[in-house]
This record gives sequence, structure tokens and C-alpha cells, in this order.
Amino acid sequence: MENEQRKELKVTAIASGTVIDHIPAQNVFQVIKILGLDRSKEMVLFGTYLDSRKYGKKGIIKVSNTFFESDEINKIALVAPSATLIVIKDYKVASKSKVQIPDVVNNIVKCFNPNCITNAEAVPTKFDVIRDEEVLKLRCHYCEKTTMKDDMVFF
Amino acid sequence: MKNRSLVSINDFTKEQQLRILDIAEEFEQHPTQRILEDFVVATLFFEPSTRTRLSFESAASRLGARVIGFSSSASSSVSKGESLKDTILTVSNYSDIIVMRHPKDGSARYASEVSPVPVINAGDGANQHPTQTLLDMYSIRKTQGTLDNLNIAFIGDLKYGRTVHSLSMALTQFNTTFHLVSPPELKLPSYVKRHIKDKNLTYHQYTDLMEVIPVADIIYMTRIQRERFSDPMEYEKVKNVYNLENSMLADSKDTVKVLHPLPRINEISEDVDDNPKAYYFQQALNGVFVRQALLATILGVR
Repeated sequence: MENEQRKELKVTAIASGTVIDHIPAQNVFQVIKILGLDRSKEMVLFGTYLDSRKYGKKGIIKVSNTFFESDEINKIALVAPSATLIVIKDYKVASKSKVQIPDVVNNIVKCFNPNCITNAEAVPTKFDVIRDEEVLKLRCHYCEKTTMKDDMVFF
Repeated sequence: MKNRSLVSINDFTKEQQLRILDIAEEFEQHPTQRILEDFVVATLFFEPSTRTRLSFESAASRLGARVIGFSSSASSSVSKGESLKDTILTVSNYSDIIVMRHPKDGSARYASEVSPVPVINAGDGANQHPTQTLLDMYSIRKTQGTLDNLNIAFIGDLKYGRTVHSLSMALTQFNTTFHLVSPPELKLPSYVKRHIKDKNLTYHQYTDLMEVIPVADIIYMTRIQRERFSDPMEYEKVKNVYNLENSMLADSKDTVKVLHPLPRINEISEDVDDNPKAYYFQQALNGVFVRQALLATILGVR
């Protein structure tokens, strides 16, 4: 409880918007990039390597006056499958949900195969998400090669 | 199948694949039929592959189609920096079907998505070469009378050989038993083996070619490709490990046939050529019939 309170002090509450909690501590900047928050004109607060009883260390992002469609938020499942999405209205929790891993991932990850056509020409990338024994992989719609989680590079 | 592109062998169902083989049989009986006189076939070879290009052009010519195209990027506007999309869109104005070979993986899938006319993939990088798979299936069925329940031996570079990957996956539809002979560093990749395992089929792995000769119905030899090795020392170690000589076929089945996608270097000695069990040159001829069947089917005249 003490830890939780200290975290709240570190990343202030927002009046209205979205809190993305339980992000793996090292992936906060990737989440910011995937959701385009680096270009947001709203207030964005975030913390990395905060103490978490459940995860040891975690990251959190709070975005004012911004609400995400599930398609959009599910893009972060690749780097933050454990993330919790909290919608805040009037300083109160309006709803809580988990991100869902999507079946297809369009144009947010580069194909790891250097010989893939998507790395040679202006072709938007497209992947099928494969969950093989709990390991998340992306199979390129074009070159049919697999990009592993650790090899994912985001645009 | 009219107006359908063929990019990967899996784009066609088992029934559609067999239908192509049946139609190819008819073209083997009557190879010259002027049924495509009203059509223009474009063969766009962004990298040279003389054998495949000539096979397609022969298939188109025997059916009366006119053929346009280029045989290397140097002789096309690609050398001026044109994108693949622009080339495809332009050529689709001039032709009814596009046959393409391209060095990039996935280029054919992309072309099929931007092209208003159907695209046949004649090889995209190290990815797919479905017409090779169909002609291999045709050759196996023709020589064995069936595709079902056969013992197929693949020998050589099973790691990088896309021919082996595509054919193996296609054969999992036919209760094949796989005999895989390769140096340890060139074994069949696990994602291909998974297809075999998913169908509960049996595969055996060997390093010694002699072990599979008595059990095989088909001996499918492949070339160990120098260009796949970044380390020339690695290539030197494995380049001569499998060399099939005529005397080695003494204990083979009477009905066995030796296949090879060609070109061969030294995997098969020339003394095998006169053995009736050698089938690689007829195999190449079968490619013309299979490509005739594909052109006729996709253009909707069959």
C-alpha cells in the first residue's frame, strides 16, 4: 500500500483520460511511440521503474482527455501484454480492462527479414500474430518469415 | 481458379492442385493448342532465371499467346529507379497475366495485391516457387502412379532450399513418409518439420545418403547453393558431401526415380543420366505442361 501511494505521488492523478498501468518498466517509451503520444497535444505523464508489488518494477502512462479505441490500444499488447487500461472520468475510475493481443498487426512493426519487400519498397507491413506455446511471434504476410518478440522494431 | 493469382502453393487447395495436374496431363498429350491466341502473357524477370523463364515462354507460345517482358532488371525501367508497384501497374495495362521472378521475399504477394491482372509467382527471393512444386508433384504422380503413401527422400541443402520446403509442405497432404538427408548444419528448418508433425506423419533424418537408397520411391537431390553461405569455409566443408553415382543405385527400388530441380553441379554424376531411374530432364519438360495448365486455367479457357 505504501508503495502504491508513493507511486501516486510520483505520477499525479488526472482529471479525465486514460491510465495505462502495469507496462513492463523497460517498454514505456515503446508504448508512447506506438500510441503516438510523443506527438500528443494533451498532457502526458509517465513513470518508469516504479515499484510494483505484482511485477517488481513497472511503468505507467497517464494521458489527459484521450480515450482509445480497442483496435488502437491493442497494438501495445506486443510490448505490454500485461497492461491494464483504466478510463478516468472526474478523477474516478470509470472502467478497467486488459489489453487483448490482436490477430493481425498492421504497419507498426518492421519485418525482421532484410530481404523482405516491405524493407525495400514503400509497402505497409502486415503480420499474422502467432502464439506458439505462449511465445508471441509475427508472421509476415508478404515474405512469410517470422519476426520474434525480441526482434520487433517499431516504426 | 479463373483470375486467381498463384503466389504460394497454399493459395490453391489440394483439389485445385490436383486439377492443375490433371489438366497438365491433357497438355502432355496435346502440347500445341492455339487456345490463348487472344492473350498477352508478360514475363517480368527482375533477376535472371533462364530456365524458368524459357519454360513459361515455351508454355505460352505452345498455346498461341504472345509474350512480352524482360529478362533482367538491367533491361527494364527498374534500373531507372521505378518502384515494383509502378512497374506492375504499367505492365498490367499491356498484358492479361503477369509471370514474375523477383529477388525480394514477398514481392509476388505484393504485386498480386496491386495488380489488376493475375500474377503467377515464378520465384520471390528465398520464399516461394509454387510452379516448381506443382511440376515436382506432377513428376512424382506420373512416375509412381499416385501421390499417396510414398517414401520421399530429400538430399542436400534442406535448410535453404525453398524447393524442398514448398514440396515437403505440399506432400503433407498425401501421407508421405519423409527421409531427410543433409549435413547437420543444413537440416530441414523446424517450421517445415512442424507441418509434418502437425499431420502426424513420419520423418527420419540421416547424414548418410546410402541409408535411404533402398527405401525411397523418389530420390530428390538438391544443389548446395554457394550463394547461401556467408562463410566460404562453411561452403567448402559441405559442397561435395552428396554425390550420387550410378553404382550407388544398385540396391534401389526398381520403380525409384531420381529428381532434381536443376541446375545440377556435381550432386548427380553424369553416369546416372543414362539410367532409366534418372528423371530430372523429363521433370523439367513436365514444367512446361504444368505451366500451360496454369496459364489456361487462370486465363479462364480451361
